[in-house]
Amino acid sequence: MANVGIVIVSHSMKIAEGAADMVRQMVGDTVPLAFAGGNPEGGLGTDVEQILGAIDQAWSDAGVAILFDLGGAETSAEMAIEMMSPERQNRIVICQSPLVEGAIIAATEASGGSSLDAVKQMAEELSPQ
Amino acid sequence: MATGEALLTNAVGLHARPSVKLTQLAKSFSSTVEIAVSSEGPWVDAKSPVKIMRVKAPKGTLLHIRAEGGDGEAAVAALIDLVHRKFDEVEESAHG
Repeated sequence: MANVGIVIVSHSMKIAEGAADMVRQMVGDTVPLAFAGGNPEGGLGTDVEQILGAIDQAWSDAGVAILFDLGGAETSAEMAIEMMSPERQNRIVICQSPLVEGAIIAATEASGGSSLDAVKQMAEELSPQ
Repeated sequence: MATGEALLTNAVGLHARPSVKLTQLAKSFSSTVEIAVSSEGPWVDAKSPVKIMRVKAPKGTLLHIRAEGGDGEAAVAALIDLVHRKFDEVEESAHG
């Protein structure tokens, strides 16, 4: 089974790209990884279309875990998930964890071949419940 | 139960990047793998990136390693080797 994919969603393209760089360098390239950041005009914000593209790019049969930075990014990610086909929808999760740390932890967990639930759980272990 | 120990000699100790490598290596074995900074514990699941990053062991720490399972001996040997290789970090650019 393929490794779970990771999608990074930030209001800033620079943050999204930088976080993805850190994941690549620290965890390696055994995990599908994509990012979305900023609005279509190149400013700060999030864009559902761009998130859809990132999910496609990081798609894995094992599922995709999304990390986000602020509330609006979560809403956009939720909208993107709703636009996915039903069979894909239940293989996408949003992790409630800090973006950079969460992405690295989630990718590390995913690189060991863990399930989507295990990846989400590990990332969320970062935040006190 | 297989056991072993290794001295952290890399500049940053068990920081973020070494933690990721240690976790990934531990996950490649089916045995339960745990580490501790004291032989009395507390023992930490070496397959958990969150728990390993929280250990924050600095350079000079003697890392205790134990594993339980069919490939336990190999797991302990592999982790000791990783520590001895200084986690394959290039020291000049090791920021953590």
